[in-house]
Amino acid sequence: MREMTFVDAAREGLAEEMARDPSIFVVGEGIGVRGGNFNTTVGLFDLYGPERLRDTPISERGFTAMCIGAAAGGARPVVDFMFIDFLTDAFGDMFNQMSKLQWMSGGRIKMPIVVRGCVGVAPSNAAHHSGNYYPFFMHVPGFRVVMPSTPADAKGLLKTSIRSDDPVLFLEHKSVLTLKGPVPEGEHLVPFGKASVAREGRDVTVVGIAFMVRRALEAAEELSREGISVEVIDPRTLAPLDIDTVLASVRKTGRLLIVDEDFAPCGAASEIAMQVMERGFDDLDAPVKRVNGLFCPAPYSPSLGEHIVPTTTAISQALRDLLAE
Amino acid sequence: MARSAGAAPDRDRMLSMYRTMLTIRRTEELLVKLYAAGRIYGGVHTYIGEEAVATGVCANLRITDLVFSTHRGHGHALAKGMPPRELIPEVLGKVTGCSGGRGGSMHLFKPEIGFMGSSGIVGPSITLAAGSAYAAKLLKMDRVSVAFFGDGATNNGSFHEGINLAAAWELPAVFVCENNLYATEVPYATVTRNVDVASRAQGYGLPGISVDGNDVMGVHKAAGEAVRRARSGEGPTLIACNTYRTRAHSEGMRDAGYRAAEEIAHWKDRDPIKALEGRLLAGAATQADLEAVDAEVKALVEEASAFALSSQMPDPSTVTRYVYSEG
Repeated sequence: MREMTFVDAAREGLAEEMARDPSIFVVGEGIGVRGGNFNTTVGLFDLYGPERLRDTPISERGFTAMCIGAAAGGARPVVDFMFIDFLTDAFGDMFNQMSKLQWMSGGRIKMPIVVRGCVGVAPSNAAHHSGNYYPFFMHVPGFRVVMPSTPADAKGLLKTSIRSDDPVLFLEHKSVLTLKGPVPEGEHLVPFGKASVAREGRDVTVVGIAFMVRRALEAAEELSREGISVEVIDPRTLAPLDIDTVLASVRKTGRLLIVDEDFAPCGAASEIAMQVMERGFDDLDAPVKRVNGLFCPAPYSPSLGEHIVPTTTAISQALRDLLAE
Repeated sequence: MARSAGAAPDRDRMLSMYRTMLTIRRTEELLVKLYAAGRIYGGVHTYIGEEAVATGVCANLRITDLVFSTHRGHGHALAKGMPPRELIPEVLGKVTGCSGGRGGSMHLFKPEIGFMGSSGIVGPSITLAAGSAYAAKLLKMDRVSVAFFGDGATNNGSFHEGINLAAAWELPAVFVCENNLYATEVPYATVTRNVDVASRAQGYGLPGISVDGNDVMGVHKAAGEAVRRARSGEGPTLIACNTYRTRAHSEGMRDAGYRAAEEIAHWKDRDPIKALEGRLLAGAATQADLEAVDAEVKALVEEASAFALSSQMPDPSTVTRYVYSEG
């Protein structure tokens, strides 16, 4: 199978969907002629013009709420935030309108809208360009939260997101954008709520979120040289969350580590851990463990930046500690 | 009385708008009574005194045109064509209400007739209407989107951002400000330097017009031109309707201290329904004609009330349905 980067694969998914359905349009700052800060729309302006690739003013609340109205009114908007940090100005309308209109209208208004943007701590991006924020959206009824970590999933999940009648947060970690991998041509749809087992193993289970899947795989490789067999799970979508795949793995290994770059309190790791306790307590041979990013805003200096993100070394050590329990 | 041939459509329209305004008034008078009797669980913001705005605007709309409303939305819903027998049970929390009892007074929905919802949050009606207008333009739908909002919303970012986007992209939208002088109980003049809402349009490069919001014919005419512009691709219009709510911000709230009794009395004298009655009786209709409309509306509201009161409460097991699209 041909290899592509994560960004190119996602863009192929978007282009295929836009060719299929003329009601899809994209809004964002610099997503028109320029093709997006992260090359999310390169080449599409020439095909579809300014109405379907709409450059916006720096008016996040305005254009996001506008897209809510457009979705209610029969179109299928994709809001490209570039950095998800910029979405915070649109929180009010996302929480009060976007997530609730289907429920409030008894399903008579649909909300087919994709909100995409880059998340995560990347070198020297500092405090206003490094946010993760996905737990907020996991917490609110109505949202789908999608976080692919491979190029194939980027394409397949973006296509599914665009076809969904629900509001979807499609979050792209900056550290996987240039990652290359095999990507199926044409119709490739990855369903929501279906985790992937990124590496099979017997002794211990790791659930990684987005970029942390890559680091968990590195840690698994490291531990394999010590004779330890690590299973790595990529949830791919956090809402809905495929807890069954995690439980099946824990039934086999008896031990669970969750690695999440985002903050620990009330986070994705807390939720996964709790659900495993509720439904898989008897399968656990040791307490569930988590490794999270440090509880502080993202810094600028490289020495500080790398310090707040879970490293492969830290994940390997956490796995050894968990096996010693 | 003999009438000229050209007067007949005017007379029909005036009587039709009279019927709508009276339907809003009688429905809300009933809600006021039900609230006082403890039959209503949540907040009720009446539109009494402002009926000419929704009526005059919506008389220009088709069933396929979309309306985005406010917390004070009963009038918008009824003027867009929602029957009282769907509104009243909603306010009573009944399953037969327009939102199945999920919403109450502030969350009325009937997208089938283009009523896209009233809202507990001030401002989003503006941006959402801009968005449905964007969809109409993109998909080449012959559809106009209307946002109602109060003076309070004009000092909110949604006003600036939504109107800026609609003007920039010449969207088929009409923005109707109901300036009733108070945002909840805060006087408009104490929170903004420029109280002339229509003049703000100039800053965004779209037409802005000011009308007497208690004159339904004036509102109808101004909105007619704005809807025509939107429909023919000439872009959005801002209409500032100067009006007044003669009851408290919300039923049961203390309505004193922030406005004078004389001011309320002044606006009660300018009642939009009485004003239209005066115009009708000047030649277009007789007292008997008006009494016939009143009797018809009274019967409609009474039937709706009985239906609402005898309706069932919603089934609790349905409360989590429609969080997602698959229901």
